[in-house]
Amino acid sequence: MNFDYSVLFTHEAMSMLAKGLWFTLQLTVLALIGGMVIGTPLAMMRLSSNRWLSAFAKLYVDFFRGLPLVQVLLVFYLMMPLVLQWVTGAQYPKPLGALLAGVITYAIFEAAYYSEIMRAGIQSVSRGQQNASYALGMSYGQTMAQVVLPQALRNMLPVLLTQTIILFQDITLVYAVGWKDFLGAGSTLAGINNRPTEFYVFVALVYFLICFALSTYVKRLQKRIAIIR
Amino acid sequence: MIEIKNVSKWYGEFQVLTDCTATINKGEVVVVCGPSGSGKSTLIKTVNALEPFQKGDIVVDGISLTDPKTDLNKLRSRIGMVFQNFELFPHMSIEKNLAIAQMKVLKRSKDEAYAKGKKLLERVGLGAHAHKFPGQMSGGQQQRVAIARALAMDPIAMLFDEPTSALDPEMVNEVLDVMVELANEGMTMMCVTHEMGFARKVANRIIFMDAGKIVEDCTKQDFFEQPENRTERAKQFLSKILAH
Repeated sequence: MNFDYSVLFTHEAMSMLAKGLWFTLQLTVLALIGGMVIGTPLAMMRLSSNRWLSAFAKLYVDFFRGLPLVQVLLVFYLMMPLVLQWVTGAQYPKPLGALLAGVITYAIFEAAYYSEIMRAGIQSVSRGQQNASYALGMSYGQTMAQVVLPQALRNMLPVLLTQTIILFQDITLVYAVGWKDFLGAGSTLAGINNRPTEFYVFVALVYFLICFALSTYVKRLQKRIAIIR
Repeated sequence: MIEIKNVSKWYGEFQVLTDCTATINKGEVVVVCGPSGSGKSTLIKTVNALEPFQKGDIVVDGISLTDPKTDLNKLRSRIGMVFQNFELFPHMSIEKNLAIAQMKVLKRSKDEAYAKGKKLLERVGLGAHAHKFPGQMSGGQQQRVAIARALAMDPIAMLFDEPTSALDPEMVNEVLDVMVELANEGMTMMCVTHEMGFARKVANRIIFMDAGKIVEDCTKQDFFEQPENRTERAKQFLSKILAH
């Protein structure tokens, strides 16, 4: 069998791959931010002494953890335009851009996982730390923001990043709704050029390098920001 | 200054505090002692509402803890508290530990808060350690920082919850020295401690607790010098801890 890796380096292939990679990276970062922004309050609700808040957070987490991501993607993809039509009262269903729809879907889905990580993180900070903060007159919000969450994040950083690497890889599932991510771009090019091996090997290599670099970085970061005990 | 009125508290079925009543006047130093599990720490934590209670009331500087209109955060900011395990914030430098609540709660400027922190750090003999982190200091040093952190809020009273129990014996005195100095300056203090030397030196009154009840509330002189007038339980306790 002959391999011809020069097909990778045409202008057409490179720009398509770059576009796909850019979409994947953007979606990963934005979904991470969105997932944390939704997941952290969910974790706080879950730990709240208010039964209703806690039950709601538990339901949310159990619901999304019990569904396959591809299905959530499909349902959101089909439903969001209809929901938007209903909310805005427009005449026709309103399609969202792939990136925006993707961010919303992944953020809502990943929030379930991030909230469980944050919950463990918050619980890893001793009750005495909270009491010390309250004793100084700090409010619940200040205690969380200044004392509990910074320590929880440090304790949880490896797990958070591992989840983010999974998220980065799970972005490939957007093939189900036809958005072009990095793998999608590679797959399309493989078809056009009739060179599947070259493109899939290249795509795999890039995925591996990014994930490997990311986990190496986490190990270093962990040392740098570790709490001196 | 602090009035504890008929306070009772339950954990589920288990009653941890039974009808506790005591008053701590301005400038007074009251030592709370008693066997483990007698409710001392729970009682001191109810004073700044870190532990809720189901019956009775506590009034601090004229403000009732059970009044729904009371701003508990504001009240807590006026009472300093020192914990058994120091509870410095391990992810912040010492100077930030001292400044954070001043800035967030009292809305002092950063410069003002750090300057005040520096001054108090010098007062507890740790002026050179401002840039360190809690984990780089000994237990005794951490506890002195914790006292300085509480003082930075200009408290009207200080609560000490077994401040020397987690310390190496060699470090107990450096912390007690700071507390004695505070007491001599007229700070209102409520201290849960087993340090009877400290109690003899600076306490005005001793509260002795057993099984969630206040068994004795008397002057230091009565407690130590007239043991024959004490309850059986207090006599028993005293004979054990003062044997050596």
